[in-house]
Amino acid sequence: MTTLPDARGHFGRFGGRFVPETLMAPLLELEKAYAAARRDRGFQQRLASLLADYAGRPTPLYFAARLTEHCGGARIWLKREDLCHTGAHKVNNVLGQALLAARMKKTRIIAETGAGQHGVATATAAALLGVPCEVYMGAEDIARQALNVFRMRLLGAKVIPVESGSKTLKDAVNEALRDWVTNVHTTYYLLGSALGPHPYPMMVRDFHTVIGKEARTQSRRAIGRVPDVVVACVGGGSNAIGLFHPFIEERRTRIVGVEPGGGGLASGKHGASMAAGAVGVLHGSMSYLLQNDDGQVAVAHSISAGLDYPGVGPEHAYYKDTGRFEFVSITDEEALEGFQALTRLEGIMPALESAHAVAHAMRLAKTLPRSKVMVVGLSGRGDKDVYVVAKALGMEIG
Amino acid sequence: MSPTAGRTSRLDETFARLRARGERALVAYLMAGDPSLDATRRLVVEAERRGADVIELGVPFSDPLADGPVIQRAGIRALAGGTSLPRILEMVATLRAEVRVPIALMTYYNPVLAFGLKSFARTAADAGADGVLVPDLPWEESEPLRAEAEPAGLDVIQFVAPTSTPARVKTIARLARGFIYLVSLTGVTGERRELPKDLDAQIRTLRLLTTKPVCVGFGVSTPDQVAAVAAAADGVAVGSAIVRKIEEYTATPTLIEKVGDFIATLKDPLRAGSSAGFARAILGGGTEERAVRRATTVGRGA
Repeated sequence: MTTLPDARGHFGRFGGRFVPETLMAPLLELEKAYAAARRDRGFQQRLASLLADYAGRPTPLYFAARLTEHCGGARIWLKREDLCHTGAHKVNNVLGQALLAARMKKTRIIAETGAGQHGVATATAAALLGVPCEVYMGAEDIARQALNVFRMRLLGAKVIPVESGSKTLKDAVNEALRDWVTNVHTTYYLLGSALGPHPYPMMVRDFHTVIGKEARTQSRRAIGRVPDVVVACVGGGSNAIGLFHPFIEERRTRIVGVEPGGGGLASGKHGASMAAGAVGVLHGSMSYLLQNDDGQVAVAHSISAGLDYPGVGPEHAYYKDTGRFEFVSITDEEALEGFQALTRLEGIMPALESAHAVAHAMRLAKTLPRSKVMVVGLSGRGDKDVYVVAKALGMEIG
Repeated sequence: MSPTAGRTSRLDETFARLRARGERALVAYLMAGDPSLDATRRLVVEAERRGADVIELGVPFSDPLADGPVIQRAGIRALAGGTSLPRILEMVATLRAEVRVPIALMTYYNPVLAFGLKSFARTAADAGADGVLVPDLPWEESEPLRAEAEPAGLDVIQFVAPTSTPARVKTIARLARGFIYLVSLTGVTGERRELPKDLDAQIRTLRLLTTKPVCVGFGVSTPDQVAAVAAAADGVAVGSAIVRKIEEYTATPTLIEKVGDFIATLKDPLRAGSSAGFARAILGGGTEERAVRRATTVGRGA
């Protein structure tokens, strides 16, 4: 099971490399460079020391006692990726890929970003390594994530607004791919989620499995066994695959991905590609995709910019089909409730993305006995979302 | 009944005829449904009349990652007008009564997947389409489409890029049907003031690995550029420059005529014996066939 993907980057019928011919040689080069880095002890040591001393790993596994009490069921533990440097799990993958870019002697880094967390993490790593960085971001996301845009600029990155299509993450990926196809000799495309053409879904997963590996060890130490349920939000699915992957062979652990339900599945305004999508190809890989009957990709809707994506990583699609992963959805409204509950009960303000996982965990905890243990991926902190939350709750800041 | 694989395809016939005449092919790109499917039908008729040898018919897609702004905008217009792959194929079927020019559909993979590979191949071939180009389908992933398209008589046209290694080019050339589409530059579609300096060398390297017709596209937009590229290639694909003309004249009564005029100026340097182009300079002596062969190995300025 851990041998996936196959040599051509397929997870069963998903994944692959559906890109213009111009990108094939660079992707093969990237795959080779990554394989070499993986075997290189120096590379691994450098990454491990950055994760520890720079990013602040391991992140704690924290027992949310008041939240658990409030729900009155299963015990809820939080895997605190919100405590990572830059405020989200994104930094795990970014440090790995940025070191790889340096190893490949690329002189420029580009990235796409939705909520801005991946953009901030990439700008951070670029500053650390002294490499110029440009981040593509949908114009709509720029408007709702102004704080992260400013952070990227402070870090020295150039934020390029994307005005095409829905002006969100999907279009930012298109534009980043167009840039890469143009500047392929000098530029490293630092993709931020477990999607895109092979080797990205595999590589991004590998860099994030530190989340699940730590959680497994910490769980054994804290409760003497693996958790009964792990829960994480799924947009592209990077934090989720990082948390889930080390538990795939733990048969007693239920694995639950939480998709953005937006205004509810019936409203048609959501980002639940597993629940409402069909198999298709977008951004270089085959997976579940929100689309119309003619194969035109639909516009996703979510209160959280980081989940506002019509596709999902191919490995998630594979494990949905095998039944190993379950997928549910949480609406904007429920996510806001999760956000407020965690903030008030635990003093932890989650990112709106992570609030989806929290909201589902609360719902699920109520149906389970106290003997059950749940680990929730708290992928990021919510400072970036305060404007959106204020607006949604009809409050004013200051 | 679909044409069978044994039959010579309309694309093969076209390139053989042009080669025999010492002529180069103009591959003219039109975005289907821009400004309307009816206008596209009339534009194809006009394009054939004014010298286009192959029509590349764009299928609009929501996420055209290989395209620059001009074709992106055309796609948005076409989608806004309700254009879809099934409706485009219906239009091609009516066109077939009016034109003989080969038609190749340029489409991203997802609309084809949504149609269903088998039913797409059969419907497109029955409608009279001759080939399909899928810019996000490298050869490694193209087997399922080829398995349906080739028996139906639909040529799957393959791309070669500046970054393609010799090993890749060999495989691509072996799988290629109809012609090979050589992407001139690293980048997206769109007009460029200058084409890459090593383009001639690229074409000649490709020639060493295949005898299949080679058409060059991406960035080629003026008659002068067409003439320069034609020195070494069998054909030249022009997209964004034509689409921009359509955009410019879209709401005017002279749309068809203006686009036709432009296509004629693009074809001019490709005709045998053209004063503007490669042909007179190269086809100095011997039979045309030998001259063409020389042209492809010696290249421009020989």
